[in-house]
Amino acid sequence: MPADSAATQTVSGLDELELAPPARRDLPRLGRRFWKSLWPKLLAIGLVIGAWEAVVLSGWRPEYQLPGPLPVARELVDQVTQASFWDSVALTMTRAATGFLLAVVIGTLLGAAVARFAPLRAAIGSLITGLQTMPSIVWFPMAILLFQLSESSILFVVVLGAAPSVANGLIAGIDYVPPAWRRVGQVLGMRGIGLYRHLILPACLPSFVSGLKQGWAFAWRSLMAGELLVVVPGALSIGVRLQGARELSDAPLLLSYVIIILIIGIMVDLVFGAVDSAIRRRWGMKAAG
Amino acid sequence: MTTAAVRLDGVSKTYGRGPDAVQALDRVDLDARGGEFVCLLGASGCGKSTLLSLVAGLDAATAGSVDIGQHRVSLMFQEPALFPWLTVAGNVELAGRVRGEARDARRERSAELLELVRLSAFARKRPHELSGGMRQRTALARALAQDADVLLMDEPFGALDAMTRDILHDELERIWRQRALTVLFVTHNVREAVRLGDRVVLLSSRPGRVLEEFAVPHPRPRRIDSAEVASLAADITDRLRREVSRHAR
Repeated sequence: MPADSAATQTVSGLDELELAPPARRDLPRLGRRFWKSLWPKLLAIGLVIGAWEAVVLSGWRPEYQLPGPLPVARELVDQVTQASFWDSVALTMTRAATGFLLAVVIGTLLGAAVARFAPLRAAIGSLITGLQTMPSIVWFPMAILLFQLSESSILFVVVLGAAPSVANGLIAGIDYVPPAWRRVGQVLGMRGIGLYRHLILPACLPSFVSGLKQGWAFAWRSLMAGELLVVVPGALSIGVRLQGARELSDAPLLLSYVIIILIIGIMVDLVFGAVDSAIRRRWGMKAAG
Repeated sequence: MTTAAVRLDGVSKTYGRGPDAVQALDRVDLDARGGEFVCLLGASGCGKSTLLSLVAGLDAATAGSVDIGQHRVSLMFQEPALFPWLTVAGNVELAGRVRGEARDARRERSAELLELVRLSAFARKRPHELSGGMRQRTALARALAQDADVLLMDEPFGALDAMTRDILHDELERIWRQRALTVLFVTHNVREAVRLGDRVVLLSSRPGRVLEEFAVPHPRPRRIDSAEVASLAADITDRLRREVSRHAR
């Protein structure tokens, strides 16, 4: 039909006009973008190392207390080439992963229950936020009473530190599902489990992921505090090694462990950041790139 | 006379109780024949949206009866409210997924409906990659995916620019004919009502009541800027103005 094809042309013409021109992604530009985000980081690291060296050179502290970047770097290289060091990393990361996963399960169940039942929210909603702001290290005396110097007491505090953030992320996500989306769910006949599966859970994903990210940060902090306080016999974790370096007054070793802990924290955060920005891009909450 | 697809009989709706109660609708009688395009027109506070949610079964009338017989009803809003975690096709398929339909049947129908709203090329895109008009066409396909033959539209083009709206009027008219839909179309744009409707029903405000009905005799397709549409729209606007000024103090 000629009339119909003319209409098709008008429609597709308008669609074409209304759409933004497709973003071009050529490699040189990708490389330049990478460099653009890289050089400020390199510069910052350079400045920190420079300032550090300057403090050391000023003689504010003797070298055996505050070593310069070079001896620390040498120690760092020495450490990462030893198999036993990686055993310690594996031990610490296993603890972190176990505690974090347990916190995710507990936090998710708790968050779902609080979001679903109003009396429960009134009862413990603000308690969860209270727990979240509490430094989890204050739980250690209690944990040691309950579980002695064991893996369980570390796990207990890690879960207490991380679960409230996970729960709060989920609660916020469920609370902020836009009313317009809920109406669509209603019109499409979503009820009960279906409503959660097709609408509420996917809709609260961004908030849930930021809850996970924050939960991880708390879990990592609690774990480091725990490894310094609770020395489980026979378990040579990063925290124990750090404490050991202090007892031996081996400053370069001590600083190299601090740097390792910082790097692990940054790397895990990068993973969460990548997941977060992938969701945002899919949802159109930020421009591509 | 064809039988009514939608019949409202003395429908009233009051929100709340006691002195704070607000009456949204007051004894509304309204019929829409099968395949008829009825536009509901009124100033703010005339209970247009309330009326649609009663017909959609999302809310219950305080008094009177709403009868839609065996017809299936779907509702569309001013905001397309597509889900950003699904593709365009995924959004259209959602109605089938909620009903637990088989995957192949769902796919087939969503492909057919996207063809109908001329969005086949965009099936795999995400909602944020579409323009406002394209999103609203996706929402239309999603509404039709419920196998509805009665389509309730709550100011569906209110947020679009004039050019896009004009084209979507043509599109809606075509789809209405092709699918033999019964449409209840709520708007506050008088010309839009005259452009689209077989009949324009004017509602009063606070509480909503049927003031007057205007049959639109002009042959289709009409143009929103034609003289005949403009002249009937002017008559209706005058009537609407009198109604609005009644509320002045």
